[in-house]
Amino acid sequence: MGTETTAIRTFPGWEGRPIDEILYLCRELVEDPEFPTVKRWREAGGKVAGHFQVYFPEEIAHAAGLLPLKLRGAPLEPTRADSHFGSYLCSIVKTTLETVLASHARVDLFVTHPICDAARNLAGVWGRNFDFPCQILYLPQNANSAHAATYLRGEYARLTRTVEEVAGRRVDDPGLRRSIAVYNENRALMRRLYEIKRETPWRIAAEDAYALVAVGGMMPREEHNALLAAALPLIAARPARPQDRVRIVFEGGFCEQPPLDLVRTIGRSCYVVDDDFMIGLRWLLSDVVADGDPLGALAESYLERSSYSPVQHDLRKPKEAMLLDRISRARAQAAVLTAAKMCEPGLEEQVAYTHALDRAGIPYFVSEFEENMSSFETLAVQLETFVENLMFD
Amino acid sequence: MTPETAGTGPVGRGNREGARLFREWFDELSTAADAGRGAAYTFVMGSLGELLRTFDLPVVFPEINSLQTAVRHVAHEYLAQAEDYGYSPDICGYVKADVATQLRAGALPMGRIPKPAIAIATNACNTYIKWAEIWERMYHCPIVTIDLPGSRSDGPPTRPGHPDFENDRRYVTAQLRELIPVLERVSGVRFDVDRLRENLAHANTLVRGWQRVLAFNRSRPAPFNALSDGTIFLGVANAYRGTAEGARYFDELVEEMEYKSAHGIGTTIEERFRLLFVGVPCYPLFRRFTEMFGEQGGNFVNSTYLWFASGGAHTGEACRLDDPIEGLAEGMLVQVRDAMDSMFFHTRPLLAMAKAYQADGVVYHPIKSCRTVSTGLADSRRALMAAADLPSLFIESDMMDRRVVSEAQLKNRIDAFFEGLATRHPAAHGIA
Repeated sequence: MGTETTAIRTFPGWEGRPIDEILYLCRELVEDPEFPTVKRWREAGGKVAGHFQVYFPEEIAHAAGLLPLKLRGAPLEPTRADSHFGSYLCSIVKTTLETVLASHARVDLFVTHPICDAARNLAGVWGRNFDFPCQILYLPQNANSAHAATYLRGEYARLTRTVEEVAGRRVDDPGLRRSIAVYNENRALMRRLYEIKRETPWRIAAEDAYALVAVGGMMPREEHNALLAAALPLIAARPARPQDRVRIVFEGGFCEQPPLDLVRTIGRSCYVVDDDFMIGLRWLLSDVVADGDPLGALAESYLERSSYSPVQHDLRKPKEAMLLDRISRARAQAAVLTAAKMCEPGLEEQVAYTHALDRAGIPYFVSEFEENMSSFETLAVQLETFVENLMFD
Repeated sequence: MTPETAGTGPVGRGNREGARLFREWFDELSTAADAGRGAAYTFVMGSLGELLRTFDLPVVFPEINSLQTAVRHVAHEYLAQAEDYGYSPDICGYVKADVATQLRAGALPMGRIPKPAIAIATNACNTYIKWAEIWERMYHCPIVTIDLPGSRSDGPPTRPGHPDFENDRRYVTAQLRELIPVLERVSGVRFDVDRLRENLAHANTLVRGWQRVLAFNRSRPAPFNALSDGTIFLGVANAYRGTAEGARYFDELVEEMEYKSAHGIGTTIEERFRLLFVGVPCYPLFRRFTEMFGEQGGNFVNSTYLWFASGGAHTGEACRLDDPIEGLAEGMLVQVRDAMDSMFFHTRPLLAMAKAYQADGVVYHPIKSCRTVSTGLADSRRALMAAADLPSLFIESDMMDRRVVSEAQLKNRIDAFFEGLATRHPAAHGIA
């Protein structure tokens, strides 16, 4: 596996450092509301394609020379964005708008998706406030139609035309195949990280694993590949020892992200052996085979070899069955079921999850979070009680 | 005694007939439930009523059932039951009222609804899809999503012949062709393309009629209130889409509105301010909400609700009849896309509406239950205020949950709004 590099370095300074320092830098980057990697990219003359959660075919933007930036909220007070929204909304739609309204990060294209009723509105909201193109990528919501892949291939071709206009350059098949290869490498490295989480969770803290993945959404993927390729062997070689902790699966991080401190709080009493944090970055489960038509291959992978989330309906992937499978594969003893406040799909899915876990006799802990929450004491106490009940039951 | 006062003339017929049709519709559903028949569950935006009726399936609209619980002041009982079952207070109240309805074996204040034999959900609202998943879990019935890709950004929508529209149209056509064998299996009725053509013709009559009815409200005074009367008409447009009764109802409604418009007959109030409504009605205070405006001479002359909740019927876009499946696919795409645009990209159409209907103000009513409609309203209002000198009122409540509806607070805001309007239009307020 060879890691390519880009001319623009957006996240310098980690090379040659001990793994603890590398992970510290990643955590700092995730929590930095000023998006320094994006700033460096732009200072070097690069353009940015901002895409809202959950999944976006970054390869298309990458092939056009754009920096795909995963817009997943930010640790910001939405002081400007607040007046653009009403009440009863999740935080991520506000802080994401705040990020660009207040110029914490600047983008040249904004793409949202029909993942939920709030997210679909964002093309309209952003389009009324910015001059750059703001649009919806209509990923297919009838994944069970035999025509879905053909449709999606056409939709990707439409997106490609927009991306080309923004980038000022054509996207051709060889270029797409090169980008797919970069992303295939990235997917393999992230699978390796999750293997470490599952098999030796004592070697990496939950918040560190989270940060290592999340930074991938804010830097060129070649850089992320180099970072992961260097960090993973160091993590695997850590002289850590297993502790008596409950193995849990975390569910509920598919869109709005919990604050790093929440992940840390959970990690103090549990091993998070699998999760759906930033699932869009890990949506495609295996290599995209791009020998033929690369757009068609991306479309096919989205539908046929992909993960699950509450915002994708696919009769072949009942969410509760998928969760049970995730728990089983990770050999987890329990689940932490969360949803972002006011996240309708997440809150609805919690009901199905809890009923399924009840039937399966798997213990679970239910909670809600908000990306800007700052107090974790109550959560920590509740979690410890939950864990104690499991350990001494 | 004139024909109008005798109750035999056109004035008031739409409301009377609408109420009668609704009673009959619920009676039929109750009969089907008692007979143990399965129904087709579907939603108002992209209902496919034209197609479902070719299979003789009773058609259930859960949104209409749910809103009826609020109008009849029992929604809180249903919401509480669904919340006890596990659903959050922060999700759609329609969904929760329906969950409770299912837990009560279909019992509603208006009658009893049959269980679903199949459920069809378009993506016009994402919650439709999540909602259908609940029935799948409860009944293990087939659920089919019909994905209708909407406009990608603000601006003129793509039309037939445009390559992007054609990519979408082929996808929708394929989904309809895949749906038909499922409906045949569920209903035991063989698909008859001529019946579909006939139903499409009825729907075309209804759709053209709906467009004309809305246009008559440009008259001064407006012949109907878009929020109160309009919701009755809307109910018929949805429940009777694709039927001869629905087509006849709208032919007669056009006649009534034409008559009222020609004779200068308005609503029961003296119309001093012509208002547009953006959002979903406040069903827990349905009558009172309209009264609070009517008491001050405010009449709702149009609304985005009558656009999107009719599934885009307001466009008057008819389906081609030469190839009914292609015609239905194309018609659905055009109409439902317009319905979605009126939720997500409605600033420019709203400005055009304000001009065409000579509106004095716009009332925005975002609600807790519905992010589809409500997410962009504050921003849309800012854009409207920047583009036009048009007063607006922004009031938040809910379509189902009386816990977040405060009549006193609403009234305070509404009164203040009218004070502002009166200052701008002293003559309309009787001030010399």
